[in-house]
Amino acid sequence: MNRRLSRKLGWNVVGLLVFVFMVFPVFWMVSTAFKTEDQSNSFNPTWVPSHPTLAHFRAALHRQYFWTDVKNTMIIVLVTVGISLVAAFLAALALAKYRFAGRAMFIVLVIGIQMLPPIGLVIPLYVLLGRYGQVNTLTGVILVYFTFALPFAVWVLRGFLIGIPKELEEAAMVDGSTRLGAFLRILLPLVAPGLVATSIFAFITVWNEYIFASIILHDNSKQTITLWLTNFLGGSIGGVDWGAVMAASTLIAIPVIIFFLLVQRRIAFGLTAGAVKA
Amino acid sequence: MPFLLILPVVAVMGAILGYPIYYLIRLSLQQYGLDELLAHHGKYVGLDNFSSVLHDPIFWHTLVRSLIFTAANVGLTMVLGTLIALLLVRLSTWVRLLLTAGLVLVWAMPPVVAVQVWSWMTNSDNGVLNYVLTELHFGNFFQHDWYTTPFWQLTMVTSLIVWEGLPFVAITLYAALSQVPHELVEAAEIDGARSWRVFKDVTMPVITPVLLILTSLSILWDFGVFTQPFLLIGAGHLIPSNYLMGIYVYEKGYALTDFGVGAAISILMLGIVAILSIVYVRRMLKVGVEE
Repeated sequence: MNRRLSRKLGWNVVGLLVFVFMVFPVFWMVSTAFKTEDQSNSFNPTWVPSHPTLAHFRAALHRQYFWTDVKNTMIIVLVTVGISLVAAFLAALALAKYRFAGRAMFIVLVIGIQMLPPIGLVIPLYVLLGRYGQVNTLTGVILVYFTFALPFAVWVLRGFLIGIPKELEEAAMVDGSTRLGAFLRILLPLVAPGLVATSIFAFITVWNEYIFASIILHDNSKQTITLWLTNFLGGSIGGVDWGAVMAASTLIAIPVIIFFLLVQRRIAFGLTAGAVKA
Repeated sequence: MPFLLILPVVAVMGAILGYPIYYLIRLSLQQYGLDELLAHHGKYVGLDNFSSVLHDPIFWHTLVRSLIFTAANVGLTMVLGTLIALLLVRLSTWVRLLLTAGLVLVWAMPPVVAVQVWSWMTNSDNGVLNYVLTELHFGNFFQHDWYTTPFWQLTMVTSLIVWEGLPFVAITLYAALSQVPHELVEAAEIDGARSWRVFKDVTMPVITPVLLILTSLSILWDFGVFTQPFLLIGAGHLIPSNYLMGIYVYEKGYALTDFGVGAAISILMLGIVAILSIVYVRRMLKVGVEE
């Protein structure tokens, strides 16, 4: 028994070490954000800032284009989510509730598209958007994000719809409802969490996206929040103000982390097609 | 009825994905530079772009480098991720919850933010990495610059990608491990089976399908990586000897505005990805069609 206990203790120590190792970069980001300039610039690090300062956060929030770029990002998110939810929901319904010719083909497409590295489509999308005057416009990025958000939305929503027993639908129909009525009263409330999860996922995707935003959006006033962050390093002459960069990084990471916590299980589920019931 | 339902998605995909892919193929057969971009009109050159890419040693070097990079990243992510998952099973509840929370936190970090944190931690003047290595007596790392050679540049990118990729692998595998029947493991242990044999004969069969999916996903992600090397190495420091496939497409096609050649490279890259993704797509298809 004693041996077993000391073994458990050993594993726990290893577990705590792994925890420290993994979380350290995140801790370091937050800790740097609160430090004074001298503390972050010295070779001997200050682990926990003794006199935390909010100056870096204030500087980041007041830095040019922060609010403009937050607004741009939100516009892109809302439009992308709004349109893709409706389209994806219908397609997911078809996949979950009907067998039809070409169904397998459609599934291959939905999965296959998610696997395409975005960088492989940068060239034609850039040239095409240029051709239709959509380079340097929010519409241009919305179109692109839409393509990438849609397949995942279809796949995740399908997972939700499959979980709903057919009997529920049938019961509603027996009660004299039409198919549409049954759908609205029974299915919609049940997939509501799926719609929320999909929206959150789209938000995270758009908020984090870098490649297309950097290629399509050139004006500082038309960019998204990730571009705003990367401009920090590029724009600094001489020494980088790491405190401000880390404060800005923290600000940008917070909404994503909060939202991610809400949908993490769904994302894992979608990516592995429910091979794992997380 | 089902056709009506998938119509919007098919229409949209056709318009904003099918058309670009058709356009990609068309571009790859054209001489298409800045002049053609402004004129909206390319010049048909047949397979010239492909032949110039395939005769370019940089393409082959980049391809080999990308494959090695992918193998190293996927190998590290999968091995370390599996070890963490096996560790999670053996922890007391509170340590497990703590570690899982930490992993989810890392998973949630936006990639671009993670790059900034990496740049800060590894910078030569006051990066904490140099301090820690020096304090632990690994040598004198005072003002050591980690980004001087392609090997080290890509190693730093690897460290970032593995760190970001571990949580997904570890947490998903842990979930799979929790489906391994307890009684079976205990029965095997009582029968005197060594722990390696228990792992191989009882645990492995349950988690193999998940391992397969995770490995193929990691291969696809790591082969197509762009943002991390582009930002961590820095646009100004990208040279043919540190190119990965994604960077090569960007530099040749977009930065040098040679869209025809860029399109040809993209097609070659997507072709390789398609081959690499067969395992994953087949697996997912099985799940999707059967349900």
